[in-house]
Amino acid sequence: MTAMERFLETFFNPTVMAKYTPDIIAGIWVTLTIAAAVIVAGIAAGLALACLRSYGIRVLNFFIICYADIFRALPPLVVILILYFGFPSIGIQLSGPMVLFIVLAATLAAFAEEIFWAGFSSVEKGQWEAGIATGLGFTRTLAYVALPQAVRLAIPPLVNRVLAITKMTALGSAIGVSEILSSATTAQSFSGSATPLTMSVVAYLVIFLPMVVIARWLESRTAWKKR
Amino acid sequence: MANRPMLEIVSLEKRFGPNTILKKIDLKVTEGELVFVIGPSGSGKSTMLRCCNRLEEPTSGDIIVDGRNIMAGTRRDLDRMRLQIGMVFQGFHLYPHMSVLKNVTLAQRKALKRSKTEADARAMDMLEQVGMAHKADAYPGELSGGQQQRVAIARSLALDPKVMLFDEPTSALDPELVGSVLKVMKDLKSKGMTMVVVSHEMGFARETADRVIFMDGGVVVEQGTPDEIFGAPKAERTRAFLSRVSG
Ligand SMILES: Nc1ncnc2c1ncn2[C@@H]1O[C@H](COP(=O)(O)OP(=O)(O)OP(=O)(O)O)[C@@H](O)[C@H]1O
Ligand SMILES: [Mg+2]
Repeated sequence: MTAMERFLETFFNPTVMAKYTPDIIAGIWVTLTIAAAVIVAGIAAGLALACLRSYGIRVLNFFIICYADIFRALPPLVVILILYFGFPSIGIQLSGPMVLFIVLAATLAAFAEEIFWAGFSSVEKGQWEAGIATGLGFTRTLAYVALPQAVRLAIPPLVNRVLAITKMTALGSAIGVSEILSSATTAQSFSGSATPLTMSVVAYLVIFLPMVVIARWLESRTAWKKR
Repeated sequence: MANRPMLEIVSLEKRFGPNTILKKIDLKVTEGELVFVIGPSGSGKSTMLRCCNRLEEPTSGDIIVDGRNIMAGTRRDLDRMRLQIGMVFQGFHLYPHMSVLKNVTLAQRKALKRSKTEADARAMDMLEQVGMAHKADAYPGELSGGQQQRVAIARSLALDPKVMLFDEPTSALDPELVGSVLKVMKDLKSKGMTMVVVSHEMGFARETADRVIFMDGGVVVEQGTPDEIFGAPKAERTRAFLSRVSG
């Protein structure tokens, strides 16, 4: 067998491919579902926290900042393992997908809160004053004046963070969530071939390449109309 | 109706930490009057204006707008009363993410709860008045400073304020754009608006102001007609200030 043949046999074995394609597709579905849930919940929670923080209530802000710092500091895998293997001993039994969702959404929320907060902080003070001076009050100035500007500023860093965190759905393989990587490694050990791993690469590219392209597009259209 | 006080500032005091910035200021502005405020940098002119709608919280004193004390009442009363006090900033502060029309309709819709039709019509009237109707669909970033400031004036006017406060409305503008904004202000005065204007445009003051106030160190040092203040200032500090700004 030539080197080339061996390479193809290892990574692109057609029989193995045919056999495990359904498993990988099921994995794609799991990854997509969890990723979508993480994105929606994480961004919504992060935005809500940043809005709350803008009210400047000291005690509340202390907790928000602690939360954001802790979840940005912790490696998600550690939290995943604690929730999955540790919590049952104190009577809290969560399914693998649920643990993965909770931890990744909480992590994304922490980063998103900081990103939106940075957005709020760079909205000029005069914008707030204009809203308040025209009788909008704090909450409506927040909603109609500050928030749209903060969100706009937040989009590029947020998109990058969303990409980084949704990729971490692969951590589910550590707790038996049958997402893409998990399906691939299972298939690999049954077949003794590396081909399922190649298939997972393709699957990840199919999901995440379009997201990267969308990220680029979003970044290019976030500037204000300028003269 | 004449001499009806529209804005009364009653022994207004403002401290920032240990520094007393405004020391028992009293000022009564009657309906249709234009009061022009001058004074050196740091004398408290902006702080006084900003206390009038509580953008800056007065340490003590009262602010009475058309007979109602804005220091009394709830948060919501305050927001309602802020609608009656127009404020124009040196930096315009138009909302960059909204068209000119949206800028002028936002508070009408969300604070005054006007219908879209009503708010749009009112906005177009006001934009017409400041000569900006043709830019209703433009974004603030596409306008010159003078144009932005005129839109900002329209944004305030659309709320039917009882008094308009101007804090150096032309200081951020290129010299050739100053005239267009002053003209709008002059029109406003001739329509009977009650106005308090902090500015360095002495020519405008001579032509348009009913009264000129000279502030220094957080007190009103001297006040009078433009002729009195610019022609024959009594206080030494006023004379020194005027010779500095005209020299
Ligand atoms: N938020 C603040 N905190 C502390 N000090 C302040 C604050 N705002 C204003 N001051 C101080 O109050 C004083 C008066 O400021 P103010 O802006 O009212 O002056 P001004 O007459 O408008 O001056 P200028 O002509 O430069 O605009 C200044 O000494 C300023 O440093
Ligand atoms: Mg000032």
